[in-house]
Amino acid sequence: MSGVLVIAEQRRGELRPVSLELIGAAQALRRSADEVAVAVLGTAPEQFVAALKLAGVDEIITVKVAAAEFDPDTFEAAVGALIAERRPAVVLVAHSIDAFGYAAALAARLSLGFATDVFKVERIDGELVATRGGYGQKVNVEVDFPGRSTVLLAIRGSAYKAPEQAAAPRVSAFAAPPTASRSVGRGFSELSAADDVDMSAAEFILSIGRGIGEESKVAQFRELADAIGATLGCSRPIADAGWLPKSRQVGQSGKTASACKLYIAMGVSGAIQHLAGMKHVATIVAVNSDSEASIFGVAKYGIVGDIFEIAEELRRYF
Amino acid sequence: MKILVAVKQVAALDEDFVIREDGRDVDADYLIRDLNEWDDFSLEEAVKIKEAATEAVEVVAVSVGPEEVDESLRKCLAKGADRAIRVWDAAIEGSDPIAIARVLAAVTKREAPAMLFAGVQSSDHAFASTGIAAAAFLEWPHAAVVSWLGYAPGAKSTVFRRELEGGVLHEVEIQSPAVLTIQLGINTPRYASLRSIKQAAAKPIEVLSPADLGLAAGDVGEAGSLSRVRRMYVPDKGRAQLFEGDAAQQAKRLAEIIREFKGEST
Repeated sequence: MSGVLVIAEQRRGELRPVSLELIGAAQALRRSADEVAVAVLGTAPEQFVAALKLAGVDEIITVKVAAAEFDPDTFEAAVGALIAERRPAVVLVAHSIDAFGYAAALAARLSLGFATDVFKVERIDGELVATRGGYGQKVNVEVDFPGRSTVLLAIRGSAYKAPEQAAAPRVSAFAAPPTASRSVGRGFSELSAADDVDMSAAEFILSIGRGIGEESKVAQFRELADAIGATLGCSRPIADAGWLPKSRQVGQSGKTASACKLYIAMGVSGAIQHLAGMKHVATIVAVNSDSEASIFGVAKYGIVGDIFEIAEELRRYF
Repeated sequence: MKILVAVKQVAALDEDFVIREDGRDVDADYLIRDLNEWDDFSLEEAVKIKEAATEAVEVVAVSVGPEEVDESLRKCLAKGADRAIRVWDAAIEGSDPIAIARVLAAVTKREAPAMLFAGVQSSDHAFASTGIAAAAFLEWPHAAVVSWLGYAPGAKSTVFRRELEGGVLHEVEIQSPAVLTIQLGINTPRYASLRSIKQAAAKPIEVLSPADLGLAAGDVGEAGSLSRVRRMYVPDKGRAQLFEGDAAQQAKRLAEIIREFKGEST
């Protein structure tokens, strides 16, 4: 058992950026003799080879499968066969929606050591140790995998950096076993835009979360956002409740605040899915009554206090 | 026709918690327990299917955990589950999500439902693994992060949408029986009425052991797990610089930051 096998992720003809971060994670746990191989699955996997020729990659494996897009049965069969042939010590996948659909099944079926949402990997006294969050990210949990010759880890997005330098790894093709898939993709759609806001283009966002308590309070924050010149955004519970359109949701399944420079979060506790969409913003100000809220862990500035009181006081300046 | 809904009683940390002496978990005295938020949505989805069906549909809630889990199962009964099953034995202690999934798969084999629903993940440890691992043990088709479901009871296949990153949906048709993990926001979970809470209190909760389900000792606990907790600790967090003073002073500082930002960008 040696080497690291990275499973790259692609969707609709594009390599997902998190795939390259996995190559970064692989460097953190490779031993001197370990090779890092990156496998990419698809109907025409060769198209992704050029983008994967990066420092730290020894081999790119193209795996031609019948399904153009992610399908659990196809991935489990192909990746399972690849693991059986290559016998890697570690398999890295992204902690992504696609991986949610097959990684646990693969680990269960092949009895692989297994951990998800891992943000740190290391070897301690030669043993593989993965660190993840627990109890709503309030604690860190180190897990190990006694007796497992292959360990499958799902790595959290943005935990590792993608390599920037190019390299010239060898390229090989792996013949995946034919799979009778029990589900079939029927196509993609975008969430219908209920208003014309583009959260990813907004430079200044005022975001509201569960802390606003009730729908009737939305109006006063909308008014505040207008007054200070911010785009009004929200966390998942607000969009799920229908208080604001889904297009205003910032986070993993919503929009990423890509262009944002100033992000004010009011009553947002900071679930990991929300942080995924905004923690990169240069200036984050969090206002929350709970001094232990996770949002204070990523914010530059914080106010522990009542969001309504702060909102009211703030309004007087604009 | 039956739908089985796997639920978990999650734990949140009390304000001042302490790590257990062995350093591998939080002292249980400092845990506040509740039904997992995701499971509220998967239960509601099953109950909605039952209410819309022309044939009789039974909704069964199942959980793995000690007696205190009955509280969460009663919540499920009050919100429309017809029956509840709880599986426990001291040997299950220390199970990772894969070992729990093995227990859920055994219950599913016994109950033989047309669908097994689970939450996408739990709010405490967020493994996002249990439902899909159960599907592997069952050898059932499976899909994760379902945010829309068009299931007609008894149908050989069903169409659903997976909620992907960045607001994209993927429509998929899957054969049944299947395991689906249900995402927040797929519906609006109901509140239990006082009357239904009262009725739920009188409903029995069936308690099973792994042995009742034909599982061996090595199937659960640490022996049946694919990972082991080595250490749990409170991280040194990057911490926001907090504004001092009263609300008026704090708001003034915030106003300054906004003004400064606007000055820079305009």
